[in-house]
Amino acid sequence: MIAEIGSFALVLGLAFAIAQVVLSVSARLRRSVVLAAAGEGAALASFAGVAIAFACLIHAFVTSDFSVANVAANSHTEKPMLYKVAGAWGSHEGSILLWCFILTGYGAAAATLGRGLPRGLKALMVSVQGALGSVFLAYTVFASNPLLRIAAPPVEGRSLNPLLQDPALAIHPPFLYSGYVGMSVVFSLAVAALIEGRVDAAWARWVRPWALAAWSFLTVGITLGAFWAYYELGWGGWWFWDPVENASFMPWLMATALLHSAIVTEKRGALSAWSLFLAIGAFTFSMLGAFLVRSGVLTSVHAFAVDPKRGVLLLMILGITAGSAFALFAWRAPKLSPGGVFAPVSRESALVLNNILLAAATATVMLGTLFPLIREALTGEAISVGPPYFNLTFAPLMAALAILLPAGPLLAWKRGDVRGVGQRLWVAALAALACGLLTLALVNPMKALGALGVTIGAWLVMGAGVELIERTRALRAPVAESLRRLTGLPRGAWGMTLAHLGLGVFVLGACVELGWKGEAAEALPLGGSLDVAGYHLVLETVGPREGPNFEAERASIRVSKDGKPVCVAEPDRRFYPTGGQTISGISLCYRGASHLYVVLGERRKAANGAPVWLIRAYWNPFASLIFIGPVIMALGGLTSLSDRRMRLGVARRRKEQPA
Amino acid sequence: MRMQVLAAMLAGVLCIAAAADPADRLADPAQEARARALFADVRCLVCQNESIDDSEAELAGDLRRVVREQVKAGRSDAEIKRFLTDRYGEFVLMTPAFSWINLALWGGPFLVVVLGAGLLATRLRSGDGEVELSQEEAERVRRLSESDPA
Repeated sequence: MIAEIGSFALVLGLAFAIAQVVLSVSARLRRSVVLAAAGEGAALASFAGVAIAFACLIHAFVTSDFSVANVAANSHTEKPMLYKVAGAWGSHEGSILLWCFILTGYGAAAATLGRGLPRGLKALMVSVQGALGSVFLAYTVFASNPLLRIAAPPVEGRSLNPLLQDPALAIHPPFLYSGYVGMSVVFSLAVAALIEGRVDAAWARWVRPWALAAWSFLTVGITLGAFWAYYELGWGGWWFWDPVENASFMPWLMATALLHSAIVTEKRGALSAWSLFLAIGAFTFSMLGAFLVRSGVLTSVHAFAVDPKRGVLLLMILGITAGSAFALFAWRAPKLSPGGVFAPVSRESALVLNNILLAAATATVMLGTLFPLIREALTGEAISVGPPYFNLTFAPLMAALAILLPAGPLLAWKRGDVRGVGQRLWVAALAALACGLLTLALVNPMKALGALGVTIGAWLVMGAGVELIERTRALRAPVAESLRRLTGLPRGAWGMTLAHLGLGVFVLGACVELGWKGEAAEALPLGGSLDVAGYHLVLETVGPREGPNFEAERASIRVSKDGKPVCVAEPDRRFYPTGGQTISGISLCYRGASHLYVVLGERRKAANGAPVWLIRAYWNPFASLIFIGPVIMALGGLTSLSDRRMRLGVARRRKEQPA
Repeated sequence: MRMQVLAAMLAGVLCIAAAADPADRLADPAQEARARALFADVRCLVCQNESIDDSEAELAGDLRRVVREQVKAGRSDAEIKRFLTDRYGEFVLMTPAFSWINLALWGGPFLVVVLGAGLLATRLRSGDGEVELSQEEAERVRRLSESDPA
């Protein structure tokens, strides 16, 4: 019964989404406040419908209702509760419903929060959001309903892939989708502004909070995925330039560019067409990602049940929505005013350079992902585009961006002063260079690229410091004055400093980890030992361990350095009887920001017949920074979001009706 | 979203990355290091998107053996790569070739930078002569940067 209520609510959500479009469009045409309010109400109702459907799906997973096809295929009674719930978005159908849930959620939020917007623009935004909701809900209802029943329910479900039964991955999709789909509001605002034919500082200001929220979610989502890959896949890699990762990275890069170009549009009225382009592009890349991952074009060598019919439908949705938005852009954007002028050395120029480099980086990721498909379609020859390509193209672009970054915030609008910026930054530049040279001289083995990475990372971190010093006039003004300025800094400024600092922290972590990673692997008998990066590992015992839905063999490995005990690593090797899979549960031994990463491999027989275990150990220096950096960046985004200026219409309402 | 790839990666996890398996290692550490570096650039042809350094598929093991044997026989990296591409096509190498047909791939990012820089240059030139702030603009910038210096 519950599943049927869910299906019904889903159809109701679709009906309300269509009503949302019709009501809001007529509200704009007739300039009617009543119709506009009805359109906004429909947005809320549509969200309510989808929320009920989503709750019903989760209920089916929690109660292991195997008469629902999706539950039977992706759940199991013995699975821990967290993974039963997460199973609701662990499949294609469920994840599309999550997508719709978040999409209509954003629609409802935009309808409720956007009080400061001009009525016409708002009605159009709500209708575009409704149109997006309609197509995705129609797709869900007609082609991918997760609440469908099966005629003969099995006694037990087929369970979720054990690799996915992990806390980081359970919450990874909600964050990722909140990021992807958050770009839809930005998209709707851009389309609405194009129809209205007016893009100004105010528009950029309304776009910013939505772009910030979506960007922060996406940052966390991608980081969770990377962290999961790091400790779950068992060889310590955290980014593989895999097409699916790239699919999530492209909207992130576009959103990052948009956050910067929108500043120019807001403060100087310039780059409005470009900001619109990015706003449309960010959600287009989100949809492209959704299509690429579900259509099977990227996974054609694999026998996963991907329905090509669905791929075609998703491609149609992508083509129609993005195609019409870009056509509208091509028609209306040339009429937009070019905005204020600026000198070659100015804050504007720096932000444009940032955008050029980010656009080139997006092009790199897109070419690396799509070029093999295009070339195979045209010539029939398959090629691989792997990490070496990205190291040669993406990395230099990002390095150039990072080198320019600390200068940007110190430049004045319209016409900057190179010498002034130099005077403020030379100490940081020298210190960063010193860090690099010291790394080159002192760290063994010597790695030139690693040292370059350390230089750039240090430069970014110190650049963020200089920015803060400049804002507070520290070292120049009296301490009390600096403290007063520090506490008075707007949150937007803190947000930027944090985001730039986070990037520096990430660069430091990534470069040190890639440069000085150590690896050792041996087949050890009990009592045997191996050494990695000065750590001495002794295999003490191997015993059984019972998990909730797996059986495991667990090793106990004593780790010491220079004779002093450091930690006991307890990696295990899990067997999941439901799917017949074996998975390594790695053990992390934290040493400051660095990790000793220990994996238990298969059991073998030595020449003398005694059992030996394949033990692998990695030394991953500064690996924590790789994940802490993006978290700092996302915190920066949220801090900036909490700035008073960002609260859509809230401040205005308070003024109107003092409590 | 990532499910398909995740499932594909499963193949690599069933048995943890065996490229470093002590049983297969070459005796000479310098040769072994060279072989490992080559592994990172050779695709496991039956896997989703993995190099033979990461993959535990049987074919990856065979390819590792081939590469190790050739390294041991003293053949150069270029010779080994040519041997692999002759057999399996360009697909087997993770680094796409610098060839005319791949021009769009390698040149695309560069083109975006050049185009962007060109657009910026025209924009800057068209605005020559009026880069000083008008009094009203100066006032606006001052106001805005006080409310938020971002």
